[in-house]
Amino acid sequence: MNKVTFNTDLCKGCGLCVAACPKKILRMSETVINAKGHHPAEMVDQSQCIACAFCATMCPDCVITVERG
Amino acid sequence: MGEIVFQKPKSLCDVPLHYCPGCTHGIVHRLVAEAIDELGIEGKTIGVASVGCSVFTYNYFECDMVQAAHGRAPAVATGVKRSDPSKIVFTYQGDGDLASIGTAETVHSAARNENITIIFINNAIYGMTGGQMAPTSLPGQVTQTSPYGRDVNTVGYPVRICEMLSQLEGPSYLERVAVNNVKNVKAAKKAIKKAFQNQVEGKGFSLIEVVSTCPTNWGKTPEKAMEWLEENMLPYYPLGVYKDKYADKEGK
Amino acid sequence: MADKVLMKGNEAIAEAAIMAGCRFYFGYPITPQTEVAAYMAKRMPKIGGTFLQAESEIAAINMCIGVASTGKRVMTSSSSPGISLKEEGISYMAGCDLPALIVNVERGGPGLGGIQPSQSDYFQATRGGGHGDYHLFVVAPASVQEMVSLTAHAFNVAEKYRVPAMLLADGTLGQMMEPVSIEGITVEDHDKSWALTGTNCERKHNIINSLSLLPEELEQWNIERYKRYATIEENEPMWEEYMMDDADVCVVAFGIASRVSRNAIKAARAQGVKVGMIRPITLWPFPKKPLLAAADKVKSFVTVELNMGQMVEDVELATRCKRPILMANRVGGCIPTPEQVLEQILAANKLGGEQ
Repeated sequence: MNKVTFNTDLCKGCGLCVAACPKKILRMSETVINAKGHHPAEMVDQSQCIACAFCATMCPDCVITVERG
Repeated sequence: MGEIVFQKPKSLCDVPLHYCPGCTHGIVHRLVAEAIDELGIEGKTIGVASVGCSVFTYNYFECDMVQAAHGRAPAVATGVKRSDPSKIVFTYQGDGDLASIGTAETVHSAARNENITIIFINNAIYGMTGGQMAPTSLPGQVTQTSPYGRDVNTVGYPVRICEMLSQLEGPSYLERVAVNNVKNVKAAKKAIKKAFQNQVEGKGFSLIEVVSTCPTNWGKTPEKAMEWLEENMLPYYPLGVYKDKYADKEGK
Repeated sequence: MADKVLMKGNEAIAEAAIMAGCRFYFGYPITPQTEVAAYMAKRMPKIGGTFLQAESEIAAINMCIGVASTGKRVMTSSSSPGISLKEEGISYMAGCDLPALIVNVERGGPGLGGIQPSQSDYFQATRGGGHGDYHLFVVAPASVQEMVSLTAHAFNVAEKYRVPAMLLADGTLGQMMEPVSIEGITVEDHDKSWALTGTNCERKHNIINSLSLLPEELEQWNIERYKRYATIEENEPMWEEYMMDDADVCVVAFGIASRVSRNAIKAARAQGVKVGMIRPITLWPFPKKPLLAAADKVKSFVTVELNMGQMVEDVELATRCKRPILMANRVGGCIPTPEQVLEQILAANKLGGEQ
């Protein structure tokens, strides 16, 4: 399965990855607060991921690693 | 473990960037690091940091770095490059730095066709000092020092660097790109890589102008800032190749 | 005895720099130092060096910063108004702990001033000149031969302590022709592990930088730098004593002013006045020790300067105002005459005698 992992503590909660995702399977967490005090991005449905890496392409903070499985 | 299709480039230091949420400096940093990685030049690259939000770039790239005074990065880069032409030398400068206080250094390093690579971030505002009018601020744009909007009758018009430099005989490669969406980021990556590749091949001066956002000082969310860039900046700063001496010579 | 050639001061500086291993020169035309650039333009291409006429004084000093960052010897030269323009870069050099040589062939000021000789950049040179707490290692030659030896020495000291150095001359010395020997120059080898040479992916990256937003860290950088300055003040002052053994009056003069003073001292001696001279060769560090020692021996001092009274303040500090100090000075491109200096020597002798 394709896999998107977040280096969550680096996330600043800007939301650019969520906007870029063509499958609309990312969201900003409403419950988690990371070390920087932001609501980080999180995956809603990994099974839908097509490993396009659009999210990582738009991420300014190198939070995201994408694997094709 | 699957095939990794995207991860942090190794030329980028493993430290958090100090930029505001959604600031596109981070994207451009990554593109520069990717270009350095892909060309395998990390060990012989020397970067020149500027003044402004990007002042701390010396902490973010794994290569040797020197921090220049406001606007002087192209002159410092000239010294570094002349000292050892086998090194790959780049500057990373914002619009206040490159297009205002450092205009002379920009123009003359281009005129000399200095074999360096310049990454120019144009986000139409002074970020570090808190949102003042930049040489590239748009007509009517409200900033801290143009609170009633940039009045072109009193403070003049924004400077289009690529167009201006393209009139010079010297520079080899000038391209304006943007980082407001995936397609443009990919094009920006290609241009930045080419700007480094040119230097490796001794082709001379390359400058990539990256139309960027400043969500904090524009007073917009990162996503809205991307929209504002597309609607307002791109009409004034059209994307494209403004000069490519070698492509022209090869009839491409 | 080494072979001597007849050279102009400005050209001697340039040739000495080359002999001292400097292969990079960046400059901008300004009278009365343009011969340095012209000489470099001719010589550098022939020895594999770099001469580049920069678009401005500011660009020139920043190009020097670029070369200095890579650990190689580099110099620039200018004259007073041009040095003011370079001060931003000189402050950055000091803040980045970069060695380099800056030559100032002074002319009258302030503003555009004139093109005739002056020593009115004394404060600027000895107090740092730009913003922030820093010093340059400052040497003041009094002959074309010294322009050679001090140029080479300045490079060595700059590298040893990682500080920018300045050779402070004036329009007269720059234009003066004298026989010189350009031999016996030693190039010292100092640690350059800090230099930007590319990591080769084998070491952590080197960073040349003067910025710290952490007050305690920036304070420590300043304190560390001042420890080096203290060592320089201890080890590097240079001066010449002339007829000081039995002197009642001590003339203090550097550069061209010391040459005028020498004639005046001879004339005073002919009249039976016991006068000598302490000639500072380094202006920073200022030769405080010999001046303090002299203050316990002589009755009075006379400073001779091509400014409105700048070095006199250092003499007051060094001698702790133990003895009266008179001054013989001219400005605006004028040079004091031996007669003017003699007059002050005689006045100082009389003044000292009254005490």
